[in-house]
Amino acid sequence: MTPPIYIQGAWYLGALLFIFGLKGMGSPASARKGIVIAGYGMLLAIAATFLIPGLQNLALMALALGLGGAVAWISGKKVKMTDMPQMVAIYNGMGGGAAAAIAAIEFAKGETHSLVTIVLAVIGALIGAVSFTGSCVAWAKLQGVLKKAHRLPAQNAVNVVLALVAIGLGSAMVILAPAQPQLIFAFFAVALVLGLIVTLPIGGADMPVVISLFNAFTGLAVGFEGYVLGNPALIIAGIVVGAAGTLLTQLMAKAMNRPLTNILFTPMVATGPGEAISGTMKELSALDAAALMRYASKVIIVPGYGMAVAHAQHKVWEMTEILEEAGVEVKFAIHPVAGRMPGHMNVLLAEAGVPYDKIMDLEEINGEFGQTDVALIIGANDVVNPSARTDKSSPIYGMPILNADMAQNVIVIKRGKGTGYSGVENALFYTDNCRMLYGDAQPMAGEIIQQLKAMG
Amino acid sequence: MDGLLALYIFTLAAFTGYEIIAKVPVILHTPLMSGSNFVHGVVVVGAMLMLGTADTPVQQAIGFFAVALGAANAAGGYVVTERMLAMFKKKEA
Repeated sequence: MTPPIYIQGAWYLGALLFIFGLKGMGSPASARKGIVIAGYGMLLAIAATFLIPGLQNLALMALALGLGGAVAWISGKKVKMTDMPQMVAIYNGMGGGAAAAIAAIEFAKGETHSLVTIVLAVIGALIGAVSFTGSCVAWAKLQGVLKKAHRLPAQNAVNVVLALVAIGLGSAMVILAPAQPQLIFAFFAVALVLGLIVTLPIGGADMPVVISLFNAFTGLAVGFEGYVLGNPALIIAGIVVGAAGTLLTQLMAKAMNRPLTNILFTPMVATGPGEAISGTMKELSALDAAALMRYASKVIIVPGYGMAVAHAQHKVWEMTEILEEAGVEVKFAIHPVAGRMPGHMNVLLAEAGVPYDKIMDLEEINGEFGQTDVALIIGANDVVNPSARTDKSSPIYGMPILNADMAQNVIVIKRGKGTGYSGVENALFYTDNCRMLYGDAQPMAGEIIQQLKAMG
Repeated sequence: MDGLLALYIFTLAAFTGYEIIAKVPVILHTPLMSGSNFVHGVVVVGAMLMLGTADTPVQQAIGFFAVALGAANAAGGYVVTERMLAMFKKKEA
């Protein structure tokens, strides 16, 4: 069934607005306008679809739109900025689920199709289903519902077998088309389980990569189902997102210096003891920390997941403003994979009111640590570990890091003496110019603020 | 749809996606990811087409599920992206 030309025109316009919108999101100044433009594109595409003559189940459709839209709208409005990664994950999973469900109906109808159509429908269904359950697991982990990484014995073998079974069932559906309901059911069951099993063992710090990867998956699934439906708007939107997401995933993996396969299939563990680290960790008081920064000319703050957990961003900005008033130059340095989603720290700092021109990424800031009096590290660990530069036996060797160790003084706010996500000891904490400030980031920042105020 | 025509669309769309995200600074990864997450919410249009042509109760049920999920993807993706982007400011007012 080919919809009338004015409907197709509306879809075309919708796809065009998506691309303009995404383009706008490529610059901080126009990003807000970008999402609004893309939003109009979405409204236009949905409204046009509703007006296609001859569609059935319109009441049911309106109910589903209202229900899904309202629940997501309200939860999206309410969610705290620190909990944003899991929300992005779950909305993404829903898109993947929708793409898989489209394919399911297409199979159930079993109308005659070309070979290409069925192959793409199967591939789209597979990656859509994996993205659906995988994103649900990512949500559960980030939300704290699932506390630890669950690894099966022979996890990789199980992954491979499940993937092969899914591909086998998918191939059977192509060959036997139209497939029997039992086969369709088995295919979707295996695909959904595959998403679960693959994601369960992946740890929290790898989540920026995983969320980004599933985002790309859902995009591709939508693009493929768009071909099945003969709808160019879905193809364009889906494939643009798929390509963008794939590239972003690669950037993330590169920032961790780990190939994607490694993130998905190998747990991050310390393989050997690494080079012995000499020296001891030395503590300092909030008063000393305040004094060091108050009389510095330049301070760089390196936030990590610990700042997010402690909701410390507002206090950190308050402290920054006091320091700036006292004539200290303060900048923020963000590692590409700090936090739990791409750009997580930027969002938290923006929420606290930090202007984005004070926020630097790795390449921009790394040359400046040498001329910096104090590097203040808040809840970050592996991303400032100099072993990544020097110790070839370290599991994080080769990962690009923020060169905080090159600053005159390093102050680390940290909850305890434990290691970072990688389980690797951080050589930085033992160096002569490094001092530890043990405690939760929020009260610690509060204490430093008190001391700064007392100094006047 | 003509297979070859679709191949052109696939290829050009992939290049567009690549060009949009290449050379983007880290600070913009969130808007791009969250915004592209919203854009694939257009899957709701496909879900509506399927529900609109569903003719058995099972198809209706799956179609309903698909439209609800797609709508949630679009609405949720929009709200969180807009909220995050509204916070990006250059200087204090």
